Amino acid sequence: MKEFLIEKFLFASSIFSIIVVTLIFLLLFSQGILGFREISIIDFLFGQTWQPTSLVKAEFGTVPLVYGTAVVTSIAMAISVPVGIAIAVYIAEIANPIEKEILKPIVELLAGVPSVVYGFFALVTLATWIQQLTGTNSRLNALNGGLILAIMVIPTIVSLAEDAISSVPREYREGSMALGASKWETIKNVTVPSAAPGILAAVLLGFGRAVGETMAVLMATGNAAVVNFNILDSVRTMTATIVIETPEVAFGSLHYHALFGVALLLFLITFVFNYMAGVIMRRYGRTGR
Amino acid sequence: MNKKLLKQTIFFQIFRMTSALVILFLFVMIWTFISNGIGVISWTFLTDMPKRGMTEGGIFPAIVGTVYLTLGAIVFALPIGVASAIYLVEYAHEGRLVRIINSAIINLAGVPSIVYGLFGFGIFVVFLNFGTSILSGSLTLFIMILPTIVSASREALLGVPKSFREGSLALGATKWQTIRHMVLPYALPGILTGAILAVARAAGETAPIILTAVFFFRPSLPRSIMDGTMALASHIYYMATQHHAINLVRPLTYGSVLVLLSIVLSLNILAIVIRTRYRRRKNW
Repeated sequence: MKEFLIEKFLFASSIFSIIVVTLIFLLLFSQGILGFREISIIDFLFGQTWQPTSLVKAEFGTVPLVYGTAVVTSIAMAISVPVGIAIAVYIAEIANPIEKEILKPIVELLAGVPSVVYGFFALVTLATWIQQLTGTNSRLNALNGGLILAIMVIPTIVSLAEDAISSVPREYREGSMALGASKWETIKNVTVPSAAPGILAAVLLGFGRAVGETMAVLMATGNAAVVNFNILDSVRTMTATIVIETPEVAFGSLHYHALFGVALLLFLITFVFNYMAGVIMRRYGRTGR
Repeated sequence: MNKKLLKQTIFFQIFRMTSALVILFLFVMIWTFISNGIGVISWTFLTDMPKRGMTEGGIFPAIVGTVYLTLGAIVFALPIGVASAIYLVEYAHEGRLVRIINSAIINLAGVPSIVYGLFGFGIFVVFLNFGTSILSGSLTLFIMILPTIVSASREALLGVPKSFREGSLALGATKWQTIRHMVLPYALPGILTGAILAVARAAGETAPIILTAVFFFRPSLPRSIMDGTMALASHIYYMATQHHAINLVRPLTYGSVLVLLSIVLSLNILAIVIRTRYRRRKNW
């Protein structure tokens, strides 16, 4: 009897994750959908203006927010993908044991720093550096957000890509070296290509993390919901919008539902990228073959 | 051949520089916080209430709030997370249900923290009417760290050799007795590592608690789990961006960052140490 009850409890606990995912989706969907009784989906997705509290005419176009997220994420990925893969290759293939012992924990610590701390560093220090280098007027801007985000995504990419590279079978490398290839040629032509699916999964998960990151970009980008196509201008991301506006929103208002709409959009984007990463990892195993 | 080696050396050095640069960044960042923040750290800073509109005094209520929120989260997450992992590793049969549970866990791990925040706000604060409270915040953080605990516990359980279980079962122990006495004790260091990392993550999370649990300023300590609170992470955000005299409180903000960073990084280092020791001692 006791065994039976324990098993039921264990079972219920593991079902809990499914319930939570379903609840999150249902809540975002049900609350978000209510907004679309008054905002047309076209206006929501393609509207150029996000002005939810305007007394004259409240507008709920998410283009400026999606633009903000896209710019900041692009800058972050442009830096973190090459840097992350380079570090992963270095740790897995090149570093001597001592360097490895130092690098690995440091990457973990980098992953452990809270995002509000990164945000504060971007706000007080990084922004000043960028301003001194470029002479920009808006101290807080997309470049600042993108750079700090790059640092935050690097550990995700490094640890997963390093796993993928390390699990490429030894014989692949030995075969290449036996044919007279140098160590570098082996890395470039054999090891990294063999680990490509795992590295791609690492990049996708890094992307998901970048899109969903909140506090650092909130504190670094200045939060102006405008589309200026200049990385030295202030932008506002989807995530920042939710943090800024939710505490002040009237429960059940159109604005309230629009914020759930933004979160739903965010949830769907990250869901797709995580799902793709999962499929790649399952299909190719974690061995990188 | 020489050209080949030269090329190799150049690339290896580039990769090495890149790695060094990232280490340098971490140290510059930590040094910035130490050099600017160490001046305000004192016993009174850690144990005093904020004074004069938070321009003076300490951060005691923020520290207490972070401890409550984090403890609350782990109290829920540890039993449910470990139970879930035990079921998946020891009881479940490969099949559709396990696949669905696994993909649910992977997806939970990828949900942005702000989405958890809005979820917690919608469910706990508004729908269940817990209000802006420690309870709402803890439950939100609990859901957020659950996947970390499940994954770490699962890895730990999978690391215990099959023969341990078979030996115990062969001696007539029941399944639960086997798990309780022959599996869990050996998986404990791994589970503990996961729990510590989860606590560190929960302590540093800001966006979810801003929507569910914290106030800009609260003049007294929380008296029950239904009270709202201050917390370190959100305190840093408010002091850095929302305070009416941002420049005046900048030194205090540096101090708060230093306190939070010390707590979080110590937990991370502790987790790394436990894991390294345990790997070294493992000899089956």
